[in-house]
Amino acid sequence: MAFEGLSERLQKAFAGLRRKGKVTEADVRDTMREIRLALLEADVNFGVVKTFIKAVREKALGAEVLDSLTPGQQIIKIVNDELIATMGEAAVPLNKSPHIPTVIMMVGLQGAGKTTTVGKLSKYLIDNEKARPLLIAADVYRPAAIDQLQVVGASVGVPVFELGTEVDPRDIVRQGLAQADLQHNDYVIIDTAGRLQIDEKLMTELADIKAIANPDEILLVVDSMTGQAATEVAAGFNERLDLTGVVLTKLDGDTRGGAALSIRQVTGKPIKFIGQGEKMDALDVFYPDRMANRILGMGDMLTLIDKAQKNFDEKQALEVAEKIKENTFDFNDFLDQMDQVSNMGSFDDIMKMIPGLANNPAMKNFHVDPKDVAHQKAIVYSMTPAEREDPDLLNPSRRRRIAAGSGRPIVEVNRMIKQFNQSKQMMSQMYKGNFSGMEGLMGGGIQGKLGKMAMNNMVRKQKKNKKKRLKNMKRFKS
Amino acid sequence: MGLFDRIKKAFGGGEAEPAVVDKYDAGLEKSRSTFGDKLNALFANFRTVDEDFFDDLEEMLIGADVGYETAVRLSDELRESVKLQNAKKPAEVAQVIVAKLVDLYGEAGASEDNTLHYAESGPTIFLFVGVNGAGKTTTIGKLAHQLKEEGKSVLLAAGDTFRAGAIEQLQEWGRRDGVPVVATEAGGDPAAVVYDAVQRAKAEQVDVLLVDTAGRLQNKVNLMKELDKIRRVIVRELPDAPQEVLLVLDATTGQNALSQAKEFNQTTQITGIVLTKLDGSGKGGIVLAIRNELHVPVKMVGLGEGMDDLQAFDPNKFVYGLFKGLIDAPAED
Repeated sequence: MAFEGLSERLQKAFAGLRRKGKVTEADVRDTMREIRLALLEADVNFGVVKTFIKAVREKALGAEVLDSLTPGQQIIKIVNDELIATMGEAAVPLNKSPHIPTVIMMVGLQGAGKTTTVGKLSKYLIDNEKARPLLIAADVYRPAAIDQLQVVGASVGVPVFELGTEVDPRDIVRQGLAQADLQHNDYVIIDTAGRLQIDEKLMTELADIKAIANPDEILLVVDSMTGQAATEVAAGFNERLDLTGVVLTKLDGDTRGGAALSIRQVTGKPIKFIGQGEKMDALDVFYPDRMANRILGMGDMLTLIDKAQKNFDEKQALEVAEKIKENTFDFNDFLDQMDQVSNMGSFDDIMKMIPGLANNPAMKNFHVDPKDVAHQKAIVYSMTPAEREDPDLLNPSRRRRIAAGSGRPIVEVNRMIKQFNQSKQMMSQMYKGNFSGMEGLMGGGIQGKLGKMAMNNMVRKQKKNKKKRLKNMKRFKS
Repeated sequence: MGLFDRIKKAFGGGEAEPAVVDKYDAGLEKSRSTFGDKLNALFANFRTVDEDFFDDLEEMLIGADVGYETAVRLSDELRESVKLQNAKKPAEVAQVIVAKLVDLYGEAGASEDNTLHYAESGPTIFLFVGVNGAGKTTTIGKLAHQLKEEGKSVLLAAGDTFRAGAIEQLQEWGRRDGVPVVATEAGGDPAAVVYDAVQRAKAEQVDVLLVDTAGRLQNKVNLMKELDKIRRVIVRELPDAPQEVLLVLDATTGQNALSQAKEFNQTTQITGIVLTKLDGSGKGGIVLAIRNELHVPVKMVGLGEGMDDLQAFDPNKFVYGLFKGLIDAPAED
């Protein structure tokens, strides 16, 4: 068919487009031509297509193009989103009367599937609400319409009220409602005869039935294969009866179902159910996203876009995770820090070099045994890579293992971990460039610009090392 | 100017025309008014003929369900002929376009056979197929009535054993038409019903056997196979039958009609189309699309709910009904 290969055509059209940051007018023009064709081939009414395209064009122009998408794909995404938005809410529930019975009236053209839908709806109500519906057979025109409703009713175990074909449908409805009152049925579903929306006499009959029954729901049943005429049909019924919802039938066929969009646009009434098969349980609630996908007929393209977007999100998530990783302090950093420090010379000397620390009386008792550094390193080296990255893993059993591995007493391991946790807290503050709260540290604290500079320098260097390490790790893995 | 004269003449003239034309006329009232009105509005809107004009024309054709490709092709051809005939004023252009459209309608169907075929001897069998709710049973009921009126003996086979009330529906038609119906209980094997019906048609030397089948969507493989089986049963019993396999098509159907025609054609080799509910909003553009793309002729049209509202398809009258008010009354020929 004419439509096959649209996705390929689109993709080819997009291949020529260079990747840009924003959707340009040229992108929109090229893509919209294809979108228009897609919607028309799906039987969306051409008037509806026109307004829809106009709305999308405004939205698409100047829209940001996601990193992983081409402008054309971006536009299709916008179209798809707009389609979903236009077709409205998913799973709109049935209107219910505050007191029983809730009256539902089914209307539509001949052969749309009203009677079958009545049966399916009954089963739906029974299964979901344990309802006790009564069906009223108000189609006195088509031969054996009442028989059909009776068979359908029997198959789902629902009684049918009928007065044959000689009685006026208005009277049938009136008496049927009286019987429902008597039997305390919680739902009444009126099956009316199929008719053209331009049939004055029969439309008046429907209006009369509406006045008599005062229904809570008037559902227009529409064949999903309907073409351009869908708008006229829906508008005709809506004008006369002020519909409350729409049921789309025969969607188990291979129609693209553009009528859904046409009807929704013209009436503004929600599509409440879709019929997808000949069995009585083949009634489903309506999902706009699935329908949009079907109408646009670009399932594979949309999957592609979805995937690209997902990858994009994943990429972003990975970056964020990396950033977090870079900003967290683990044993690898601890080691790094110790290396840095030991390269500078003995701890005692360094401390003295830090302004404000020299001659600090508190420093008199502050001695660092060079061997301590070696011991601490040994403890870290006894950890598994996972433990180094995630210190929270270190339960007592693991600590015992580490103590044995490094040849240090367990108390030292515990002390070292405690120290590490302190530095971690400190470092996370320093990574953020925040030195407040550190004044009390190391006696008089780190004072003066120079002190801060020294600390900053250290942090910077450490960050650089960490980045390098992470990079190496990645290279190693891949 | 000229156009208005023509419209006036066509509406005001009211010369006695055949009853059948009136039928088309009445049945297509709706579709014509939409199509014709739009065309008129289109002409009224444009002082000069430019690209926008043809864009709108294209859109109008799409609105008539002819399908996108057909619409583009048509408007291209129209553009050509307007250029060729050097028409400048909208009124002139209108004439050229209308004439061309009528030509195209006729052309596409020229080589096609719009008549129903009957067996030279022995029973004739018509098999009716189509999607759910297209109007198969109603069409059979109406056709049986007409054949009976013509003095033929008719037998109906209730091959729709699936849908609730389908057998009763056909039996009711049989009762109204005074025609016997072969049926089993609901849920029976449709092929068996058809076999019985063919046997009975042979034994009783019935003129025409009309076989009803359950509506099925063309993408249901198993149901399509069932149809194939029904056809095989008929061919095995009467090698020349079925004389016609008629796809019943709802005129309000959109582009899916092409898929229907294609799939049903593959399974049952359809020989013609019955276009139903043409009295509704369906504009008949679908006929053009099907004839252009599949070359399956339309043989009958349903123009209303009455017994006599099923008509043999006549392209000329159809076009006339559709474009009355825009073209000279073709009653001359």
